[in-house]
Amino acid sequence: MSDTAAPRGIRRGELGKLASWDGIIIVLTVLALVVASLAVPNFGTSRNYTFLVLDLMPILLIALPMTLIIVTGEIDLSVASTLGFTSALMGWFWNNGLSIEMIIPLCIVIGAVLGAFNGFLVTRLGLPSLAVTIGTLALYRGLALVVLGDGAVADFPFDYTGWVTGTIGGGSIPNVLLLLIPLAIVFGIVLHATPVGRALYAMGANDKAAHFAGIRVERTKFWLYVASGAVAGLVGVLWTLRYSSARADNGSGLELAVVAAVLLGGVSIFGGKGSLPGVLAGVVLLAVLQNALRLQDVSGQALNIVTGALLVLSVLLPNIVTSLRTTWHRRRLRQAAA
Amino acid sequence: MAAIATPSASPARRAFGGLVKTRELGIVIALIALVVYTAANNPRFLSAQSIRDILLNTAILAVMAAGQAVVVITRNIDLSVGSVLGLSAYAVATLLQANPGVPMVVALLIGLAVGAAAGALNGVLVRYGKVPALVVTLGTMYIWRGVAYSWAGGDQVTASELPKHFLSFANDSVLGIPWPVLVAIVVVLGVTVVMRNYRAGRELYAMGSSPDAAELAGIKVSRNLIGAFIVSGALAGLAGVLFAARFGTIDASAGNGYELNVVAAVVVGGVAISGGSGTVWGAGLGALLLTVIGSALTVLSINQFWQQAIVGALIILAICADRVVAVRIARALRKRDSHV
Repeated sequence: MSDTAAPRGIRRGELGKLASWDGIIIVLTVLALVVASLAVPNFGTSRNYTFLVLDLMPILLIALPMTLIIVTGEIDLSVASTLGFTSALMGWFWNNGLSIEMIIPLCIVIGAVLGAFNGFLVTRLGLPSLAVTIGTLALYRGLALVVLGDGAVADFPFDYTGWVTGTIGGGSIPNVLLLLIPLAIVFGIVLHATPVGRALYAMGANDKAAHFAGIRVERTKFWLYVASGAVAGLVGVLWTLRYSSARADNGSGLELAVVAAVLLGGVSIFGGKGSLPGVLAGVVLLAVLQNALRLQDVSGQALNIVTGALLVLSVLLPNIVTSLRTTWHRRRLRQAAA
Repeated sequence: MAAIATPSASPARRAFGGLVKTRELGIVIALIALVVYTAANNPRFLSAQSIRDILLNTAILAVMAAGQAVVVITRNIDLSVGSVLGLSAYAVATLLQANPGVPMVVALLIGLAVGAAAGALNGVLVRYGKVPALVVTLGTMYIWRGVAYSWAGGDQVTASELPKHFLSFANDSVLGIPWPVLVAIVVVLGVTVVMRNYRAGRELYAMGSSPDAAELAGIKVSRNLIGAFIVSGALAGLAGVLFAARFGTIDASAGNGYELNVVAAVVVGGVAISGGSGTVWGAGLGALLLTVIGSALTVLSINQFWQQAIVGALIILAICADRVVAVRIARALRKRDSHV
């Protein structure tokens, strides 16, 4: 009884507000794509689309598990450092003569182990995830530096580096979409079409109520951190192959870009709200703006203003709309009474 | 509910105070152990020049940590401090480049004002916009960095373009203490006293312990919260002036990524990220400890690359310690209540 009532309550109360922001962000993204394709020279070329996909790949992949984690009301700021650590390890393994077929799964597993450490600290010891993952952000990046120092390893086999930057059959569809799309679908199904997904919303809305409703809160969160680490490990591999350069500082600062994209996509930082299509739109919107501005020779750094403003507005506007609506509603009630 | 909470609060705070004291004692002991060990290996570590460098390096971080501690105590966070530092540093540097006659005090005040304005915006958005602090300050972190880049473009202000009195501020001493260190000490002690002994400070702790109860108890939450963000912003702005005076060469990337160092210093210093506990001077000690670790590694000729990993491990250790303290307090309170 109670486990169906809790999610349904969230749905009814929040879906109106949430759907509207999701809608806005998806419409904005489509608009940005159309306008950029028509108005920005060279944007609409298939070469540029390949670059666009490669640019948004790391943020999009990491945003998938991050969305699930933020929906439960937690956060993982260590993802970019996990990426850097697996990238550094990849270089170190390669220098020590491991085959690339060994290295890639090994890096993903090690990413999962780093995620499991976060999950252990957050769920078993009950530590706040923000503080824990700021700690592991420094720790994992530090370990990456210990492994590889400030050097770089660059001589990865072309079969692999070429695959990451290449397109399917030399056509216009980038190879990495073969990873992006299935993973996005898997995470989308888990979040929106399974009991586990409903449980994530329930945890985000109220941890204790979810626990009493029979949801295994701790265990689920633990596995989310493992997934987050594994995906970050995979992105570490892809990042290394894309630039054919394993470096300890690969992807530094990416964690805040991922969080910004997820929040921009309409996910509440307090948990319990948000959808994966919205997040995907948020990621694509930021990448399109950046790409289009770069083609127009506008400094990418100035785009920071747009990113920041969108981020604040994504929460501020729905709040303003809600408060205006309640004001109007109250006034109407008062008039009706009078 | 507030009425029930009040009587149990004061003994709880006393028990808490005792444990918190041991918490800061832990940092002091760690610091002393580290300094003694390093100095035993290399006596040059305690030379006047070395100590001076460590203190100068600590000053900027400690000033920002004091402000961040105030915000974290209210159960919020300010991620925009690194960008505010950059904006303030660039603003003050360009101003002095154009008007070399501007006295240092004015430069400091301008830095404070720039930061206070940025902090006020954060506070208003958090309180009246009802946007979570993490979102607001992540947003303004991007915005102020973007503003600095749009303003500066690829330009930078170099030391040769800045007036002498400005640059010498970072090196001149009063009573043997360099000015930036003096500023940091005054800031950390001043904010500590306000948070410890004054009504506004205690209200901030109350807000962090239980935001709802604070509101019900009649605390002026809006005013205090915006005030806390203004303090954090203003101190980040002040740190920007110190940064400009110390390094001389300023571009739009000044202070990039500092926000995480500042939060690390605060957490290591024993301010709980969940609000309501910790002290400002603890945060200052945290900043000192992080800086000393960096210098000690160099002196001990341990691979510099270990520094960040050690900082990370230290943060996790600090959170675990806070957790142990919190669990112990909860147990003590439960035992006390069951006797009553």
